[in-house]
Amino acid sequence: MANPKIIVVGGGLAGLSATIKIAEGGGNVDLFSVVPVKRSHSVCAQGGINAAKNLKGEGDTPWQHFDDTIYGGDFLANQPPVKAMCEAAPGIIDLLDRMGVPFNRTPEGLLDFRRFGGTLYHRTAFAGATTGQQLLYALDEQVRRYESEGRVSKFETWEFLSAVLDAQGGCRGICALDLRSMEVRTFPADAVIIATGGIGAIFGKSTNSVVCTGSAQSALYQQGAYYANGEFIQVHPTSIPGDDKLRLMSESARGEGGRVWVPKAAGDKREARSIPESERWYFLEEWYPKYGNLVPRDVATRAIHKVVYELGLGIDGQPMVYLDLTHIDRSTLDRKLEGILEIYEKFVGDDPRETPMKIFPGMHYTMGGLWVDFKQATSIPGVFACGECEYSYHGANRLGANSLVSCIYGGFVAGPQAVAYARNRTQSASANGAFDSERKRQQEINQRLMSSEGSENPFRIWRELGEIMTRDVTVIRYNGALAKTDGKIVELLERYQRINLSDKEMWANTSFVFTRQLYNMLQLARVITQGAALRNESRGAHYKPEFPERDDVNFLKTTKAYFAPDVDEPRFEFEPVDTSLIKPRPRKY
Amino acid sequence: MAQDGKVVIIKIRRQAAPKSQPYWEEFSLPWKPGMNVISAMMDIAANPVTRDGNASRPITYDSNCLEEVCGSCAMRINGRARMACSALIDKLEQPITLEPLSKFPVIRDLAVDRSVLFENLKRVKAWVPVDGTYDLGSGPRQTPRQQEEAYPLSRCISCCCCMEVCPQFNEKTNFVGAATIAQVRLFNTHPTGAALKEDRLHALMGDGGIQECGYAQNCVEICPKEIPLTNAISEVSGQVMKQAIKDIFTR
Repeated sequence: MANPKIIVVGGGLAGLSATIKIAEGGGNVDLFSVVPVKRSHSVCAQGGINAAKNLKGEGDTPWQHFDDTIYGGDFLANQPPVKAMCEAAPGIIDLLDRMGVPFNRTPEGLLDFRRFGGTLYHRTAFAGATTGQQLLYALDEQVRRYESEGRVSKFETWEFLSAVLDAQGGCRGICALDLRSMEVRTFPADAVIIATGGIGAIFGKSTNSVVCTGSAQSALYQQGAYYANGEFIQVHPTSIPGDDKLRLMSESARGEGGRVWVPKAAGDKREARSIPESERWYFLEEWYPKYGNLVPRDVATRAIHKVVYELGLGIDGQPMVYLDLTHIDRSTLDRKLEGILEIYEKFVGDDPRETPMKIFPGMHYTMGGLWVDFKQATSIPGVFACGECEYSYHGANRLGANSLVSCIYGGFVAGPQAVAYARNRTQSASANGAFDSERKRQQEINQRLMSSEGSENPFRIWRELGEIMTRDVTVIRYNGALAKTDGKIVELLERYQRINLSDKEMWANTSFVFTRQLYNMLQLARVITQGAALRNESRGAHYKPEFPERDDVNFLKTTKAYFAPDVDEPRFEFEPVDTSLIKPRPRKY
Repeated sequence: MAQDGKVVIIKIRRQAAPKSQPYWEEFSLPWKPGMNVISAMMDIAANPVTRDGNASRPITYDSNCLEEVCGSCAMRINGRARMACSALIDKLEQPITLEPLSKFPVIRDLAVDRSVLFENLKRVKAWVPVDGTYDLGSGPRQTPRQQEEAYPLSRCISCCCCMEVCPQFNEKTNFVGAATIAQVRLFNTHPTGAALKEDRLHALMGDGGIQECGYAQNCVEICPKEIPLTNAISEVSGQVMKQAIKDIFTR
């Protein structure tokens, strides 16, 4: 097959990276996205992208980047792909630079680098504080170029519903829903790449975008794909609580010198700036003198939780602490952090150059995702995955500024691997009828929903899901609460059967689409919750006070969930972790 | 969580499909601290009942990041084109009116089709023509000043507010609008991007080209990202003029 047709689902950094590689390698791409790709969630990434370019005379190396990433992830990641990613990172930065990303510069005209959490090196390249936006645009522009050459066809405002599987379980294409006409259609392909990002919506409010529901991953899991390490959820230490979402306040604020503190006296009512230095407690700097405010996210998040909930020292008794930039001069802040300061200003109304910001931890990222091998292949033949929707690069905790590099690197592997798979594939199994029957199965689901005459509002079910997942399956986990949460999700799934759609129009019906996603969110929520219940240890972002230590004997293992259709719930297996390059050692910052 | 019985009154111009008649619906929502237009519409979705107590349907609108960086949720709020996510309820006069952008085809309710901008970006080749994605070493050196010039232009979120408020952006002129011209400026400034400078300038000549700009300056005033759009238009106008003169002598 000279010019294989590859379907890429998702148009964020990972999907666009894969698309570019496929087009460059002679393949044709059908690119599916629920939003115009330029509006994908990657735009939200703020602080930067890691690569050991060693332009600051610190002796940084890809190996050091690799070691920081493995150690930061508490040794749960398989090591060979992480090493390969860290080695590729400097070349990726160069490529982005050539594509025109307006990275900040040193006076000599070289790329500037800042510090980020979990490392002692200046390793993070950045474009102001909107690095994700700038990277996404650069890749979007290259894809537009291929689109105008006819190598890429975009299917924007189409939602992935399922894979089309042949009699032997191999993937022959996808089934998707046109979000305007509500038409269900199947699309054949020689291979499929899933790059559908995060799952924040399962937690109700998160730093994620509205489209980050995890629906596609969950659909594939229900079709037989393994889902790995689902219990590892990153709660970002510094977000801005909001009525509609939690807005991220980038780690770069601390990378540029931001300090986290609370008043020493509980319930201190004074305005932040009038509290003298001696009456402030810089608890991260005191507890972690080496890394200070730049400890990894899981560590900072637990520290803030402790200060607020155990020590009762939240600002004015509220679950909030200060993130203070006011000691840094205005021009530096504007040059390096303007994008995020503007977000705070617009959404909170205070100027963070003048007033310390009030922040609190918020659900941010899933380390877990679709299980893939070292070639980004999922357990369904012909389906590949890259970006946040797969599990392989971040172990038990992701370091800041590693997500962008893992998205692009993952896409750069998945694209050529999908092409190679397509070229080597032998057409043995028949796909006869597979397309028709999958389309019918999806249309039946739609009809059932549309004709459901119950009394349950999907948005209310979703709010209940988000509340309990945030309360019991984020920062601190107890087995009792996890069991109750799983029971609650089962109850929500039952109520889902009695859903009532107030909108039954077959045109641009967003609540119908959301209701379909909600079902997949509920199924995936059980994977996360039960995975957390099974892992009786504390590792990275997964923390159980009942089992406060890391337990390598029993749990230096990848959690692999698979769906058991007969009982309609997950089953679990554990797989050893490849630690062939760096011997696990205790993680102490 | 209604506090002191305070309510928010929102009037929404709705439309079931591209060719349907628009109509107005009014909602009364319990006030909450920190509400914005998006969270108000989320509340409507959770309880879709009009102010008069009639059963209604959730509002169709585009949204994604809710941090004013994806560009999805542009609409007219109290008559002004802006992003719904950053429109804080407490700062808006009530009743709050929500209408779709008027210069783009309505899909449903507040969702409109803005694909014209992405087509325009194709037309002006808004990209840097790299040789390939293989390792070719670092990019061209650029001074911090060059970066500081490029970066603001590169923050355009494709919301299309500048086109909405432009008196020249209409079917009569076919004007491309400020956003596209600013991208031409961005890519013409880049050391490698400049390789396609002539193609871009030619794309801005003729039907709907840069000469249609009437310098109303509405674009720069409305841009949520404060992009120096009028500077970009003047600069690119100059480039187009020079190119036109050059064309006379070289063709």
